Amino acid sequence: MADQSKLPLPVPTPETQHFWDGTRENQLLLQSCDGCQKTYFPPRPFCPACASRSVSIIKASGNATLYSYVINQRAHPAFDGPYAIAVVSLEEGPRMMTNIVNSPQTPEALVLDMPLKVCFGKVDENITLPYFEPAGDEL
Amino acid sequence: MKSNSIAIVGAAETTEMGLIPNTSQIMLHADAALNAMRDAGMKPGDIDGVACAGEVPTAVAHYLGIVPTWVDGTSVGGCSFMIHVRHAAAAINEGLCSAVLITHGESGRSRVGAGQYRGGGRSSLAGQFEGPYGVMGPTSMFTIPFLRYMKETGTTLEHLANVAVVQREWAGLNPRATHREPISVDDVMNSRMIAYPFHILECCLVTDGGGALILVSAERAKDFPQKPVYILGTGESVESPMVSQMDRFESSRAFKVSGNKAFEEAGIKHADVDHLMIYDAFAHLPFYGLEDLGFCKPGEAGDFIMERNTAIGGKLPVNTNGGGLSYMHSGMYGMYALQESVRQMRGVAPAQVKDAKISIAHGVGGMFAASGTVILSNQEF
Ligand SMILES: [Zn+2]
Repeated sequence: MADQSKLPLPVPTPETQHFWDGTRENQLLLQSCDGCQKTYFPPRPFCPACASRSVSIIKASGNATLYSYVINQRAHPAFDGPYAIAVVSLEEGPRMMTNIVNSPQTPEALVLDMPLKVCFGKVDENITLPYFEPAGDEL
Repeated sequence: MKSNSIAIVGAAETTEMGLIPNTSQIMLHADAALNAMRDAGMKPGDIDGVACAGEVPTAVAHYLGIVPTWVDGTSVGGCSFMIHVRHAAAAINEGLCSAVLITHGESGRSRVGAGQYRGGGRSSLAGQFEGPYGVMGPTSMFTIPFLRYMKETGTTLEHLANVAVVQREWAGLNPRATHREPISVDDVMNSRMIAYPFHILECCLVTDGGGALILVSAERAKDFPQKPVYILGTGESVESPMVSQMDRFESSRAFKVSGNKAFEEAGIKHADVDHLMIYDAFAHLPFYGLEDLGFCKPGEAGDFIMERNTAIGGKLPVNTNGGGLSYMHSGMYGMYALQESVRQMRGVAPAQVKDAKISIAHGVGGMFAASGTVILSNQEF
């Protein structure tokens, strides 16, 4: 996992605070529209599909698949060597950027559509970042 | 916009290009603007509309001594200038102004008077949900969709490398290109890896420079010294400021919306197009451009380029100045794509496409975040 003290950490806003409250409890929270049932990310207090303000916070399963990535080769103070910057597809539909942890950072180890599961990296009292790791044989 | 109602009568790049350590960013705007005004035989008093990105129109207008009745500071990345052309056409047709100056100047490499890059900050959605994962600007983000594109289309790393090879051939014909020496697919694939699967020769240059355009109504266009270049159609769109939130990774929605709108306005067919500029910040952009504009079916652009259709002597010459990969890239390259389209339509490009009558300049902004398309011609339709 990266040396998080050397990363630009998120500053929550009123509309995203629930997400960061969730990760602090090791939960990945999404939002779902009460009207059209659309599940979406990143957080906002209305549905981007139908504009309804009636939305609910839901807990994601944490299951995802690897959608795409690069392996950044340029030196970054928070990382020991080349590292993957990935976009994953959550089981619920939305995609999010992340790093893939507990895996070699190589094209051989990182295969598109491989199953992943969420894990969490605590930075400080306020911020815990969601990461993903290979789901292995569990699925 | 109303097709054929507007023409470009002034066009120029900065006097120098590449490494310009003795010139500030605002002066790069002015240098390009002065060259474009000379090209059009105009003075600042003849200009009453100003559009720019990188600097604000207030700064550019005052620096040049222009009193505008219309300004446009649309700044959505490197395709902003395509969008300025579209907005300027509408403004002139509506009578808001009569002569629009569009400027770009960027001390992208020397960073003289360039100011700070204005990201969204750590509380923006990008700052919260992309920033913490080690992103380091476009090389590490604009490139992310491509492995998905490869898997969905069967496109290979050789196809990607070949884009850089073909564009270097074009650059070899251009005395102003930054890199002109020929390269091979092996050279590209053996060059330094920047962000797998992208090598340094598949990433754009980082240079200093600028460019400017002057637009007036087509009715007035013949009163100016240069051969008019008419605007047949334009398009624009935006998608997401976060690359991770693009709808699909094997296609750009903004490209499609912008391209479709431009073709619709111009009323032309793909077979009518003689010359095409596709903003190539990275070597995969021409694949998206060719496919999302409808020149190739999904997944066929890699072979289309490999079969030399876009190369010297090919049926659809693409990025004939050498592109962002070999010509220059100061950060907001769209202006240089437009300049090359204008040169081709005037018949004065270093790598002139013989008898070319219709050219398209297609731009991207941010990382697939925005798009602008301009269809130009040297003919009055
Ligand atoms: Zn809804």
